[in-house]
Amino acid sequence: MSPIKSLIDRLGRGVIDFLAEMGGMGLLFFKATLFIFRPPYRFRNLFKQMESIGVGSIPVVLITAVFTGMVLALQSYTGFKRFNAEGLVGTVVALSMTRELGPVLTGLIVAGRAGAAIAAELGTMKVTEQVDALATLAVDPVQYLVTPRFVAGIVMLPVLTIFSDLIGIVGGYAVAVKVLGANAGVYLQRTTQYLELEDLLGGLVKAAVFGGIIAGVSCYKGFQAEGGAEGVGRATTGAVVVSEMLILISNYYVTAFLR
Amino acid sequence: MTDGIRSVVTPHTNGMIELRNVYKSFGNHHVLRGVNLTVAAGEGMVVIGGSGTGKSVILKHIIGLMQPDAGEVIIDGQNLADLSERDLFEFRKRFGMLFQGAALFDSLTVWENVAFGLKEHRFLAKDEMMEIARQKLTKVGLSGIEEKMPADLSGGMKKRVGLARAIAMNPKIILYDEPTTGLDPIMSDVINQLISEMNRDLAVTSVTITHDMKSAYSIANKIAMLYHGEILEVGTPEEIQNSDNPVIQQFIHGRSEGPIQID
Ligand SMILES: Nc1ncnc2c1ncn2[C@@H]1O[C@H](COP(=O)(O)OP(=O)(O)OP(=O)(O)O)[C@@H](O)[C@H]1O
Ligand SMILES: [Mg+2]
Repeated sequence: MSPIKSLIDRLGRGVIDFLAEMGGMGLLFFKATLFIFRPPYRFRNLFKQMESIGVGSIPVVLITAVFTGMVLALQSYTGFKRFNAEGLVGTVVALSMTRELGPVLTGLIVAGRAGAAIAAELGTMKVTEQVDALATLAVDPVQYLVTPRFVAGIVMLPVLTIFSDLIGIVGGYAVAVKVLGANAGVYLQRTTQYLELEDLLGGLVKAAVFGGIIAGVSCYKGFQAEGGAEGVGRATTGAVVVSEMLILISNYYVTAFLR
Repeated sequence: MTDGIRSVVTPHTNGMIELRNVYKSFGNHHVLRGVNLTVAAGEGMVVIGGSGTGKSVILKHIIGLMQPDAGEVIIDGQNLADLSERDLFEFRKRFGMLFQGAALFDSLTVWENVAFGLKEHRFLAKDEMMEIARQKLTKVGLSGIEEKMPADLSGGMKKRVGLARAIAMNPKIILYDEPTTGLDPIMSDVINQLISEMNRDLAVTSVTITHDMKSAYSIANKIAMLYHGEILEVGTPEEIQNSDNPVIQQFIHGRSEGPIQID
């Protein structure tokens, strides 16, 4: 085969694989959503997933958020001082955290942590035929395994994001007031003055979208796993990479949509 | 859709299995090339054949985990391809399946594994489910391990828990993928007897895959040999033993010399 033909061939196959994967994910999202409204409702599975996706991620989310808030205060102070706008540091921290960094960083962290865990668990179940065993016991694996994770992701990401927003703002406050010597009262006033409910809610909507993406993509990748431990490893990596990409891409579009 | 529901609601579950001209390939690997096999209601069919020839693939077609590339799988007169996805799940309630690797749910205890179908589909109290699980475990020679996790069991124990799970709902059709592999000779005999009993006393239709000819002779009403993607011959254990087909003779006597190519 000529090099050009082979290149086109490879490219074509890549595009087809990509489209097939997107189609498969779309279908899984759709099915998982349908099962939200169809009994039996699996509250036990749901709470278990809310715990492992949500509660388990709190420490890393908080650490990330507090340092992000801190560095944000430091950086914007340094920059804003050049045109005598140091007074706006509190505003910048509050808006950046709630509108952007809270949801996005939480999303990326949970993708790395819970997304990987979901893909590894479902991938292992797939290659050891536990997923098939569920089906032979007349239980739809999507309903039993995917829907609880999907709902848990959509519910827990906004919750984590609220923590993240709050702690980020606290971190910014600490640096601005304790390290940079800003006036505490003025800083707080500037934090709340320009912050609107819309900023907070918009961020939470993004977080919910990210939660759905993480759970859906990771379940899909887990179900696609084939061929033992190596396949599970590949599924896990794939789950993290694809969810993080989709988070960053959808972030732009959801922001544009909400604006 | 309506067709599917009607057939599910009015089940004539006698347990007849028919594979008609079933083809299945994975990429360029043509595993099943026109499999024809009929298992009468209440019959104990044993499928033998070389490693990797597609025996497990056949079981997965019977229970609808895999769909044929061509051909039909018909259970109690119902073509599985005509069922909607939802109806197929419903339809599977008449089946029990033991997987080759047991496929126990590793996040659940032994008794929760065995009682899984009961919990999902029957409205029973926890005590009742535990009691049924305990009974089924006793049938496969296990007791006192109800609260253990699958990871803490030996291979042969896992296999038997899988067996208990397969029979827990008293299904009409049971598919056993190598039920005695990894068991000691005495335990193998216990399991063989259990399988025969269920065929005889409960009129269960069963398809068993085994490499163990002794087990095959003891549980089979009929034996079918899968060779090169097709059913080479079907017959009673006597007919198979007296077959003049050299492939079958080589296989059942486990000889390395003969028409079957070792590669
Ligand atoms: N999901 C799958 N994807 C790709 N190939 C598969 C799949 N399932 C089975 N195969 C292939 O089909 C062939 C038959 O597999 P199968 O598991 O049915 O063999 P078997 O007859 O049960 O063998 P054994 O006695 O060793 O269990 C094998 O070559 C296997 O690689
Ligand atoms: Mg097999």
